[in-house]
Amino acid sequence: MTALDLVILALVALLITGALAAMLLRNLLGAAVATALVSLGVSVFFVILRAPDVALTEAAVGAGLSGLLLALAARRLGLWRIEVQQSEEERQC
Amino acid sequence: MSEFGLVALLVGALGLIAIGIAGLVLARNLFRLVLALAVAEAGANLLLVLAGFRQGASAPIIEGGSTLHQVAMVDPIPQAMVLTAIVIGVGVQALALALAVRAREAYGSLDMDQLRARMEADIIAAAGTAPTTSQEAPSGARPLPPPLPSPARIAAEEPSS
Repeated sequence: MTALDLVILALVALLITGALAAMLLRNLLGAAVATALVSLGVSVFFVILRAPDVALTEAAVGAGLSGLLLALAARRLGLWRIEVQQSEEERQC
Repeated sequence: MSEFGLVALLVGALGLIAIGIAGLVLARNLFRLVLALAVAEAGANLLLVLAGFRQGASAPIIEGGSTLHQVAMVDPIPQAMVLTAIVIGVGVQALALALAVRAREAYGSLDMDQLRARMEADIIAAAGTAPTTSQEAPSGARPLPPPLPSPARIAAEEPSS
């Protein structure tokens, strides 16, 4: 097992945790941030897999632009709050 | 990178796809549906680039402007496709978010069950009639088909030779 394998293992753990957080977090703004985090981790994998151009695009478009879109949509949808508020209106998952 | 690293990458990509599809099926919030779609898409892109990877190869960039010296390169075709898929994915995401914003403006909720109930009420009000089907009685009240003739009646009605 080389050092690169350890890096890959840590990143896979980060990706799975981020995906689970995106699905399970009650705060939808935090879930959007977790989705952008998954995108960033995947872009690091693209560098490891010898695809630097795809990594550039994934980091700029997949994480940056997509995160911006998600944040703007969350603001328009009234989901922009930091603390968790439980109400009957928003049952999740 | 050893075999272990490649297997870990494969497990990561398949895990992302599985989590995304599970979220797509199970999510009750429209916003979370978009997030699940993004996660599944990231996993699919990773799987495609992983399919074009070769052990010990370099990035598909020709250095020095010459193709004479043969260097092992990873497959550039999946990378080009994934490059396209990333941009298309963000376009699909923007469309889905715009639809979610309009749905919330029209029906005041993001919950799938409430949206469905309000949309059905809206359709019924516009149509002016009660629906023939519902969640409780999916097929409505249908007349039963006529009973099949019994073998004895068939034998009696057939002309006996």
